[in-house]
Amino acid sequence: MREEKYHRFFRSLLLIAAAASLSGCDWVLFNSKGQIGVEQGNLIITATLLMLIVVVPVIVMTFLFAWRYRASNKQATYTPEWAHSHKIEAVVWGVPLVIIIVLAVITWKTTHSLDPYRPIEAEKPGMTIEVVSMDWKWLFIYPEQGIATVNELYIPEHTPVTFHVTSQSVMNTFFIPQLGGMIYAMGGMRTHLNLIANETGQFFGLSGNYSGHGFTGMRFMTHAVTDQEFDQWVGQVKQSQNTLDFESYKMLAKPSENNPVEYFNAQPGLFRQILGQYIDYKKSNHAGEATHASSGAEE
Amino acid sequence: MFGKLTFDAIPLHEPILVVTMIAVVLGGLAVFAGLTYFKKWGYLWTEWLTSVDHKKIGVMYIAVALVMLLRGFADAIMMRTQQALAHGGAEGYLPPHHYDQIFTAHGTIMIFFVAMPLVVGLMNIVVPLQIGARDVAFPFLNSLSFWLFVVGALLINVSLFVGEFAMTGWVAYPPLSGIEYSPGVGVDYYIWALQISGIGTLLTGVNFFVTIIKMRAPGMTLMKMPIFTWTILCTAVIICGAFPILTAVLGMLTLDRYLDFHFFTNEAGGNPMMYVNLLWAWGHPEVYILILPAFGVFSEVTATFARKRLFGYHSMVWATVAITVLSFVVWLHHFFTMGSGASVNAFFGIATMIIAIPTGVKIFTWLFTMYRGRLEFTTPILWTLGFLVTFSIGGMTGVLLAVPGADFLLHNSLFLIAHFHNVIIGGAVFGYMAGIAYWFPKAFGFKLHEGWGKASFWFWCIGFYFAFMPLYILGFMGMTRRLNTVDNPEWVPLTYVALFGAVLVGIGILCTVIQFVVSIMNRKKNMDVTGDPWNGRTLEWSMSSPPPFYNFAVVPHADKLDAFHEMKRDGLPTPPATYSPIHMPKNTGVGLVMSAFALAFGFALIWHIWWLAAVSFVGTFVALISRSYNEDVDYYVQPDEIARIEQAHIQAKANQA
Repeated sequence: MREEKYHRFFRSLLLIAAAASLSGCDWVLFNSKGQIGVEQGNLIITATLLMLIVVVPVIVMTFLFAWRYRASNKQATYTPEWAHSHKIEAVVWGVPLVIIIVLAVITWKTTHSLDPYRPIEAEKPGMTIEVVSMDWKWLFIYPEQGIATVNELYIPEHTPVTFHVTSQSVMNTFFIPQLGGMIYAMGGMRTHLNLIANETGQFFGLSGNYSGHGFTGMRFMTHAVTDQEFDQWVGQVKQSQNTLDFESYKMLAKPSENNPVEYFNAQPGLFRQILGQYIDYKKSNHAGEATHASSGAEE
Repeated sequence: MFGKLTFDAIPLHEPILVVTMIAVVLGGLAVFAGLTYFKKWGYLWTEWLTSVDHKKIGVMYIAVALVMLLRGFADAIMMRTQQALAHGGAEGYLPPHHYDQIFTAHGTIMIFFVAMPLVVGLMNIVVPLQIGARDVAFPFLNSLSFWLFVVGALLINVSLFVGEFAMTGWVAYPPLSGIEYSPGVGVDYYIWALQISGIGTLLTGVNFFVTIIKMRAPGMTLMKMPIFTWTILCTAVIICGAFPILTAVLGMLTLDRYLDFHFFTNEAGGNPMMYVNLLWAWGHPEVYILILPAFGVFSEVTATFARKRLFGYHSMVWATVAITVLSFVVWLHHFFTMGSGASVNAFFGIATMIIAIPTGVKIFTWLFTMYRGRLEFTTPILWTLGFLVTFSIGGMTGVLLAVPGADFLLHNSLFLIAHFHNVIIGGAVFGYMAGIAYWFPKAFGFKLHEGWGKASFWFWCIGFYFAFMPLYILGFMGMTRRLNTVDNPEWVPLTYVALFGAVLVGIGILCTVIQFVVSIMNRKKNMDVTGDPWNGRTLEWSMSSPPPFYNFAVVPHADKLDAFHEMKRDGLPTPPATYSPIHMPKNTGVGLVMSAFALAFGFALIWHIWWLAAVSFVGTFVALISRSYNEDVDYYVQPDEIARIEQAHIQAKANQA
């Protein structure tokens, strides 16, 4: 109950911020359609307000002191040898200290509650999507549906989605600004990101880490849709003539820029093979498990 | 014979580069002709290039830094123009191959070849004078440091015309910077430019640490040192701690690229995250190397122009020391989004925000130094006031990024870009500009033109807000860094605003250039014969400007804070009847020769010209050994010469009075 009030308060603050911004501009981070993104956005506002407690007085004092104690103002007190005051020093150490303690508590709590590895609790059961960053496109594998797409992501609304993220080649970050924060995609390693869409809509996605000439074209559209629409879409993808197995995957992995959307029927276990290609694959049948970055949250 | 180097490496098909190349060649010829015509080669060689005088080395550092600033800024304005043009299907005028080199070069140049040499230049000019020393502890090493830094700067500029520069971003994360994804010479230019200049920086760190610890004037205990010297001491400690990590990580990347090691590759057990980890273990301390000296400048400037003692000296010292220690335990905040656990992220987030406490204390001590002072609005003070406001905002956004939950949204976005430009321009660069305006008369004997200095400040400051506030907003709008084209129409108007801001900053830089030209032309009018144009408080103002090459005819006794201020109040010491001989180092060209070999060595390794690499490596080594067997490296300045120089200064002061 208290939490809800807190959120309503910040949402109204966000509205003011949005109104103050240039008309027509969409500050997507504060107009989040995902639960994680909403909480992260609120966190930005909370932390900013806390720090303004110090920053605003500093800015005011700068102008005030500079003007009041200008050399030409002979009325102002002048104490050339005064250089120490226990009271002032207690305040200038104390106030920032208190604010940082408060902020540290908030940080500790939210870092755990917003840990991207932490599964989201929701009424609907969750789903898993495997994400591979390639030169220079995104591959999305839906292991439960047996499909794969390039540069297009569909997710059902209100469904917690666990993304397993890796890279075919160099580093990228997987980022859908309007749903929530990002995670690195790295070759031979698997990272996790849990997101949920609060409503239907289309949200752009991109890479946040420069990865070569075609980096700018690594754009994809995320469609958050109803369950029914999602099933329809899956059916549509399944009609594709193309099958993605490890052989055809290697063809797909060749560098391409501004890649159009592509649909595939995906062979099971493909993601493990992708992860395993950088490990001595013959020695281990569990190549996918032997990842550096994946800790906790196993399936 | 020439390794990978062929004529195709010269980019004659790129019109922008060809024009630049012609301009550089013509400019170089003009300088060469001028030096020859005015018969200045000998002067240049004996008075500057082979000098081991810390003041001259400092001036040369700053001169090179300002030239590199022009190069780095040209890169900046090209990027801003590209983003403002390339939208709605337009490609802009910079293809990825070129654009990607530009943003990499911009970052590398601005950090390593503008900010660093400005720091090192200022510390060279000021520190020995502030502590009452006659030079640094190792004058030859100082000269070598400078020339190694010049080699790095030259290699980066050579990459413009021979081959290419890295296309990886200035931190060059593998696997992208590995041989598989960057087979060209760009990353090799990056590696050797940083490696060679980085060794110079490390030697500087050692040199100034020893200088400050061992060579202070009698009476000057640590807690009597001027704050600028304190910040340089802490900077030197950070350099000694951090730069070896950079050397090691670049060394490992070199082994990966040249000898097929697999430290940072995806396959064969390599781990690119380790590069990221090590790079930032250097990279975060590095930002404090840049900012602490600026804090020192603001402390000196505020006390001098508020005509008041610095408030809370002890708080200031301990805040500086606290930042020094904390700077080494926060680096993970550069990669919260790489999947470390929540507790690890929270630890490093909180460690980072703790730095805000001593930094906040510093801000307040400057404010309370102005409080009940008599503040003169000189150029250095304008930079200081601009800093106080701008840096507070940048500090706030920095703490925001230190909150992992917020960083997940803001990492690698334009918000991050806005943040670090906010603290590096609004903090470090404003500080260096204040420092240059403040100490210029000490180094040259005449003041800089105030009007152009103030114009420069206003264009820089207002330009900064126009250039980077839109980037904060673009970050909130989900725009990430290093995009070549802008495909979201909502982002476009703000890219125009940012370009406008960059143009204003450009005018600010132009004002600085004009300021130098005007000041040099009118130097007679702005001449300062007292050596103390600002009514300064610390020892560097106690001798003539420019100082005699031996700095202090008589080593001062400094057992109070603001030693020179106290001396002026209690009566200056009278010049002695006879002076004692002064022990001074001789000039040497060995640093220059070693660095010339190092340049050949770096170039040879970049292009795989192995014979040249071997020859130049041996050359460097032989030069070093021959130097260490040379015992004719010092001499004594005789009392009559000292008396003559000192008498001239006393006479000049008397004439003016």
